[in-house]
Amino acid sequence: MKSVTRKATRHVNQNEGLIFEKSSAGKAAWKLPPLDVPEVDTQKLLGSSERKDLGNMPEVSEIEIIRHFTRLSTWNYAIDLGMYPLGSCTMKYNPRVNEVVSRLEGLANGHPYQPEKVSQGALRIIKTLSECLIEITGMDAITLQPAAGAHGELTGLLLVRAYHQSKGHPRKKILIPDSAHGTNPATAATVGYAVENLKSDARGMVDVAALAAQMNEDVAALMLTNPNTLGVFEQDIAKIADLMHAKGGLLYMDGANMNALVGKVRPGDFGVDLMHLNLHKTFSTPHGGGGPGSGPVAVKKILEPFLPKPVLITKADGTLGFEYDRPQSVGRVRAFYGNFGMFIRALAYTLANGPDGLRQTTEDAVLNANYIRKGLEGAYDLPYSTPSMHEVVFSDKLQGKKGVHTMDIAKRLIDYGFHPYTTAFPLIVPGALMIEPTESESTEEMDLFIEAMRSIAQEVEEDPEMVLAAPHTTRVSRLDEVAAARKPVLRWKPS
Amino acid sequence: MRYLPKSPADREAILKAIGARSIDDLFAPIPAEYRLNRDLKVPRQMAESELVDWFRERSRENGDGYATFLGAGAYYHYRPVIIDSLISRGEFLTAYTPYQAEISQGTLQSIFEFQSMICELTGMEVANASMYDGSTAAAEAVMMAVRLTGRRSVVVARSLHPEYREVLATYAFHQGMPVATAGFSDTGRLDLKELEKSVDQNTACVLIQSPNFFGTIEDVDAVAEIAHKNGAMLVVSIAEAVSLGIVEPPRQADIIAMEAQSFGVPLGFGGPYCGVIATREKYVRQMPGRLVGQTTDRNGKRGFVLTLATREQHIRREKATSNICTNQALVALMANIFMTIYGRVGLRELAKQNLAKAAYAAQQFGKHAKVLFSGSPRFNEFVVQTSEDPYAINGRLLGHKIVGGLPLKKFYPELGNAALWCCTEMTTRTIIDTAVGLVAESERSVKSAKEADVEEVAR
Amino acid sequence: MTYPTDFKYTKEHEWIKASGNTATIGITHYAQESLGDIVFVDLPKPGAEMTAGKTFGSVESVKAVSDLYAPASGTVTEVNGELATAPEKVNKDAHGSWMVKIALKNPGEVNSLLSAADYEKFVAEEGGH
Repeated sequence: MKSVTRKATRHVNQNEGLIFEKSSAGKAAWKLPPLDVPEVDTQKLLGSSERKDLGNMPEVSEIEIIRHFTRLSTWNYAIDLGMYPLGSCTMKYNPRVNEVVSRLEGLANGHPYQPEKVSQGALRIIKTLSECLIEITGMDAITLQPAAGAHGELTGLLLVRAYHQSKGHPRKKILIPDSAHGTNPATAATVGYAVENLKSDARGMVDVAALAAQMNEDVAALMLTNPNTLGVFEQDIAKIADLMHAKGGLLYMDGANMNALVGKVRPGDFGVDLMHLNLHKTFSTPHGGGGPGSGPVAVKKILEPFLPKPVLITKADGTLGFEYDRPQSVGRVRAFYGNFGMFIRALAYTLANGPDGLRQTTEDAVLNANYIRKGLEGAYDLPYSTPSMHEVVFSDKLQGKKGVHTMDIAKRLIDYGFHPYTTAFPLIVPGALMIEPTESESTEEMDLFIEAMRSIAQEVEEDPEMVLAAPHTTRVSRLDEVAAARKPVLRWKPS
Repeated sequence: MRYLPKSPADREAILKAIGARSIDDLFAPIPAEYRLNRDLKVPRQMAESELVDWFRERSRENGDGYATFLGAGAYYHYRPVIIDSLISRGEFLTAYTPYQAEISQGTLQSIFEFQSMICELTGMEVANASMYDGSTAAAEAVMMAVRLTGRRSVVVARSLHPEYREVLATYAFHQGMPVATAGFSDTGRLDLKELEKSVDQNTACVLIQSPNFFGTIEDVDAVAEIAHKNGAMLVVSIAEAVSLGIVEPPRQADIIAMEAQSFGVPLGFGGPYCGVIATREKYVRQMPGRLVGQTTDRNGKRGFVLTLATREQHIRREKATSNICTNQALVALMANIFMTIYGRVGLRELAKQNLAKAAYAAQQFGKHAKVLFSGSPRFNEFVVQTSEDPYAINGRLLGHKIVGGLPLKKFYPELGNAALWCCTEMTTRTIIDTAVGLVAESERSVKSAKEADVEEVAR
Repeated sequence: MTYPTDFKYTKEHEWIKASGNTATIGITHYAQESLGDIVFVDLPKPGAEMTAGKTFGSVESVKAVSDLYAPASGTVTEVNGELATAPEKVNKDAHGSWMVKIALKNPGEVNSLLSAADYEKFVAEEGGH
């Protein structure tokens, strides 16, 4: 596809093609130093294993690469541009000093297998972060190995399984509330557990009576997100923990919403046996367009023997090192020690905040969610009136009467300069609008958002067709996802 | 707190607007007995300058300025500076997963280019948007083969990265997937006779690595033949992505599970890295992870979307192909930019330099110590067997600010005093010669000590 | 939409047309309408066994997956291969786009399913939720 030649006025209007379309033989963006060892006969060294051709890999110059990716970047929305109210995703400010310290030479170029003697800096970072996270969660031990939240869940359920196995029987199923993230049931299945749904009550919380009826000796654990995906704190948490423990089950907390609790309450104090954290949510490491994340799992003493290996220890001489001899360990969940680069950023965030900053951050996140709730009440249906913590879930019930649904409102929000909220989740709210402002929004930014949302509600009444056709101001309009799925084109090929 | 955009007056105003008396009202849903009424015991708030100093100190304690011969799944290659210039743009760095396609075209198009280049390099038809790393990609690829074949058991080469094997064991254990291991022969390649015996009608797949953990390039054709004639799939793990510049990709594989760290991703003490799974088009619906596809908007303009999402956990929940959600998008972008920089010609030249450096080093080491598996083709790693314990030699190398090869005793006790050495374009001849000199010295002293012993006995 | 009277229906929105010991199975117009644009149909291979009330495949739209439930037990004899490349046919003509043909294990089983009139009543109630 050749684009029309014209001078671009605004980035959003530019028709930047695929990099392959800029390629021509002989252009290069690389230069290697002269070889200081003898040249080799590749044919002689590799024989039939030698590769002769790299197919359609591009050949372009450096300035073209800079322009290409810079132009592409301008087609993205980002936290740096404005409020990103994706519920459950916690799109908060990503401090720049985190990026600077994670690129310091010794940390960025540290090899995972370099001798422990010359790895004390990295090990000290792991240890300090571990101590902070244990204190914040009120747990006893932690592993930083899991690469993301879902990987943390996997690790957590492996621990649950190993724990029950050590008591003679791994048990059969995991209880999961109907408001849970999709990763919870997917993870339970990966670990070989059956999933049993637990319904929510009229307040949007775990139905304690249902839990009591469903809990038995076949249940290995309850996976509970707290605050849950409605942004509601499970007020019966003590009863829930007791019900689980009375029958020998474990209480797993999905820490996706830990940013509502840091410095205010500790899961370890309210009966949680193990939990994962998302460093890319609560601890400010950048989402980077979908990753990398990091999903540490914090546990109570009873689960410590089963943690993935290796485990960080302080040796007799006071230096830090890894211990590999862990006979009860569930094994490794990934190579090396985890997403270390994310540990640096999360620790930098924690140190920049200190105890007072962490608490203030949590308070501001909850304050902001309640301000949004207040601002939109009346304009949108609030299916659960239970108090909100860090996020609030509305529904499109009022707008649905005009044939406008949550995704349409979300798309229209783009025209107002905001990233949409989370749509169609949690599943217990049909047509959900899940909004999480985080602590990073000023009153001014939130006022603009509230105004935009109220204005859209008005538009739905007056001109629903216009909302249905949104967005109107983006480089591309709504994309044909049906065609993409029916006849998938998943790579470029020369025409 | 400097990241929070609120004055005390702003907070008061919000409290008033929402009708709360104090912030405590908002935390009232938390049962009082659990509320934390003290400061968290974490270090006090630091100024930015203090923060930078603290991490600088850690950096200095972490082998800053050392040359390295370590590879083994994590490779030290040069990272062109524009990678960091570009990925530091807030529009890439601080964006979420591109679910809202209209305002995520930058991320989506770059992932589409990434998928396309991975296909070009691996010889596969489709590639996903990334997995956590090479080890989990290999485990997920095996689970994919299990779903595709309806068989349960797996045969794994012992020459696959030992930590990848450990990860697979963790994943496989609870899935009821029996894992058998096939050893390597004295060529450093998978023992085909042993493989032949291990593969049967219950084998879902054979999992090998090429170049393997010892840097040796496997005879992929022969392995593929054994797997396929038994109706099993072949999964090939590639840990050193730069090898693809000069080593023929395993085109006979059904699934390739890759680690793209070598493509412009910092060593970073083991992560974040970038796993990828590539496969044939007909298997795409059993592939885990996100996929970007090309489509058009309402005006017929080309655009990109996340597609075939029904495979994923947020839709299929417990029946999903994997529980993966967050992947390694920004790291995949680094790899994407790296592949774009080197491209069709540069990647081959880069790989050729790696090949030449390793060939020179192996030859030099071979003059004094035993280089194992030298009959088979290799890329940029090789195994050297010394008379002395490699930990002792490495201890002396550290004095020269050089980190020596990885002692293999922990993983392969049968290889004795062996270490895995890696040379990349970053390894200078001077450093190689210094390391070879120390190994030569070690061999000489062991030898003279032995001679002294012999004389002692003779006397 | 009129529902053919020579079909029988399930509450999971499949139709079945039996003739003697064999039967043809598809999904109803109501089902395709609630799913929206169908992008993929996953069907068993000939020779596969189906058990009444159990899943035998799935249909996918862009953002949803629906399991297909067997209206009756039997062995798959034929699969509509056309749907692999043209799943949109189900949207265009759900009652004309069959998915599998089976050899019935117990032809009497079909009689207990919903008639066209009962099914229409059922979807009217379900739609009213």
